[in-house]
Amino acid sequence: MIEYSNRPITPHTLVALMQDHPGVLNRVASLFRQRGFNIESLTVSRTDVQDISRMTIVVDGNTTNVEQVIKQLYKLIEVTKVTELTHEPHLSRELALIKVSTSGNRRPEILQLVEVCNAVVADIGADSVTVEVSGDRERIDSVAGILRPFGIKEIVRTGLIAMVRAAN
Amino acid sequence: MKMNGARILCESLLREGVDTIFGYPGGVVIPLYDILPEFPGLRHILVRHEQAAGHAAEGYARALGKVGVCLATSGPGATNLVTAIADAHMDSVPIVAITGQVPTTGIGRDFFQEIDTTGITLPITKHNYLVRNVSDLARTIKEAFYIASTGRPGPVLVDIPKDVFVSEASFLYPDTIDIPGYKPTTSGNMRQVRQAIEVLKEAKRPLILAGHGVVISRAFDELKAFADRAGIPVMVTLHGLGGYPCSHPLYFGMIGMHGHAHTNLAIQEADLLIGIGMRFDDRVTGKLSTFAPKAKIIHIDIDPAEISKNVKCTVPIVGDIKTVLAALNAETPELAHHDWVNQIEAWRADRRTPQQHPVDDAQPIPSTMPIKEIYRRTREPVVVVADVGQHQMWAAQEFPYDDPATFISSGGLGTMGFCLPAAMGAKVARPEAIVWAIVGDGGFQMTIQELATLQEERIPVKIAIINNGGLGMVRQWQDLFYDKNYVAVKMWQPDFVKICEGYGIPAKHIERARDVGAAVDWALATEGPVLINFKVAAEENVFPMIPAGLGLDDMVEGHQPKTLQLT
Repeated sequence: MIEYSNRPITPHTLVALMQDHPGVLNRVASLFRQRGFNIESLTVSRTDVQDISRMTIVVDGNTTNVEQVIKQLYKLIEVTKVTELTHEPHLSRELALIKVSTSGNRRPEILQLVEVCNAVVADIGADSVTVEVSGDRERIDSVAGILRPFGIKEIVRTGLIAMVRAAN
Repeated sequence: MKMNGARILCESLLREGVDTIFGYPGGVVIPLYDILPEFPGLRHILVRHEQAAGHAAEGYARALGKVGVCLATSGPGATNLVTAIADAHMDSVPIVAITGQVPTTGIGRDFFQEIDTTGITLPITKHNYLVRNVSDLARTIKEAFYIASTGRPGPVLVDIPKDVFVSEASFLYPDTIDIPGYKPTTSGNMRQVRQAIEVLKEAKRPLILAGHGVVISRAFDELKAFADRAGIPVMVTLHGLGGYPCSHPLYFGMIGMHGHAHTNLAIQEADLLIGIGMRFDDRVTGKLSTFAPKAKIIHIDIDPAEISKNVKCTVPIVGDIKTVLAALNAETPELAHHDWVNQIEAWRADRRTPQQHPVDDAQPIPSTMPIKEIYRRTREPVVVVADVGQHQMWAAQEFPYDDPATFISSGGLGTMGFCLPAAMGAKVARPEAIVWAIVGDGGFQMTIQELATLQEERIPVKIAIINNGGLGMVRQWQDLFYDKNYVAVKMWQPDFVKICEGYGIPAKHIERARDVGAAVDWALATEGPVLINFKVAAEENVFPMIPAGLGLDDMVEGHQPKTLQLT
């Protein structure tokens, strides 16, 4: 049974753009490890600019000096831009797959909740259903919370991606 | 023009102004050594251990303010460089380390002498490269030197697989550089400069804490002008020694764990600290919560990540020290702080060590005496290279550095064994200067093999072993904090004079105080490398001392090391 930890954190969302050189992910990961920065989540993907990758990094401001994280990231030669989105209006999304036990004939109950929650059934097995849900952290936490009493067998979250909102 | 990677590397090094490579050959770099004789402009100094190549490159870089170069083969060659690279990283020393790597086709297959060099050195380099394609080599070398020497300097490693040395490409050395993610800020923000001046004008008890950045940026004149103009007492960190003339009336000595007592008193009373090219490291601040409780802080540094890393700063100015100080000088009004200067002067006078009786022959040589005699008898220009430990602190406390960049030692990493190879590099860089290697008997034996390099290359370093028969600084901590439980600090002593005889290096063993001065004169008059083994008192402690983890208020002044009435 997987219990998703809900300890309170003060999430700070950073977006870093960097040259997509071999080993650059290693440099970022090594920096966080070496300086004892706590990563809540980290996602990395290409951008539409060739050779530029984008990382969304969520760090816990309670345990980590966010200003130092930004400055240290800038010291990596490949990193071209770091933006903190925490205090800006921004969109953030995370995707989760949650495999829930259907034992005790509770499948209909679960499917009903999935529909109410605007989530999607991604897979159905003999004794489980896998629910796909996307949204911000709170939404994922809340859906996971609703499903927890049925017994979560497995959960995977992509980590946050984030973007500043367009100006009106 | 097409040429192979080995030649491209050498041509590129020449274009970067390299004249010396400290290196050691091995399997995968033989293609490079194969063509090295074609480049007489690149002097290769064959060290006896790769660690020494790294420290020699550091000594060279620090003595000259120019990038030092070291070279090693893959695997153990590269891992032997690691300590020196880490040392350069901690002390912001511009070196380019070139390592051979197994052929690209062998990488990742646990090839003979394969090691993940870029992986290992990732956290201890400013940047590193694995060059997979010979056509990237020239640009990579250009970037490596640029990154090593600009901004906050540091080590850059370039790992070159064997097949890259032998494959060919057309050689075109780039004129310009474009690294989108690397644009160091050099000129300080003028708004912050003016804000700093406003804070400065209000201060009654300001202090300048000058660090390595002053030396790296060669901002000696600008610092002097600033301190004079604003009438501010100057204190230096270990690496700030030689950044400001010790003979200047506004100079008040070294701060930190073994800094002069009055400097730590002054810091606790100051209402403004101006940190210039220093990083408020734990050896300077002691316990942070009690550090400089009354002071605002202006922090000038080229590395934005140093601002408010350790101490909360009132006005940060990010930029090159020389440029920022010039900007400050242009706008700072003439100020004076006579009462404050007099107060510090009084503290200093209070604590001046009482002159003690001349030592008779029955007593061991006081540890500081050889250092004082070296100072008294050596004409300038002089470079002092110290190792790590008690002798290092005495060399820092007792040698009044007047010339710019005259003190070189391992500060951040505290690397024993640094001294001898670094002194070698310093002497190669500055042949006109007298280079003294002041070293303990422990650290000396960590890189003692370099006596061979000194002799073979006829590099006339003057070596003074301050020999207290073991690891004095560890013994001091055991004395003060571990109830005198002396463990693993006393060292069996080889006959250093006989060792030198084996290397063909003139050497003397000195154990009477009255012979110290003459021995220094003898060393100064002797051609080529020379060594004096000063047998000094075994159980002296370095004072003052701020015990690790405690604050500046907890300074232990102890009994000062005995000093001599110098005649």
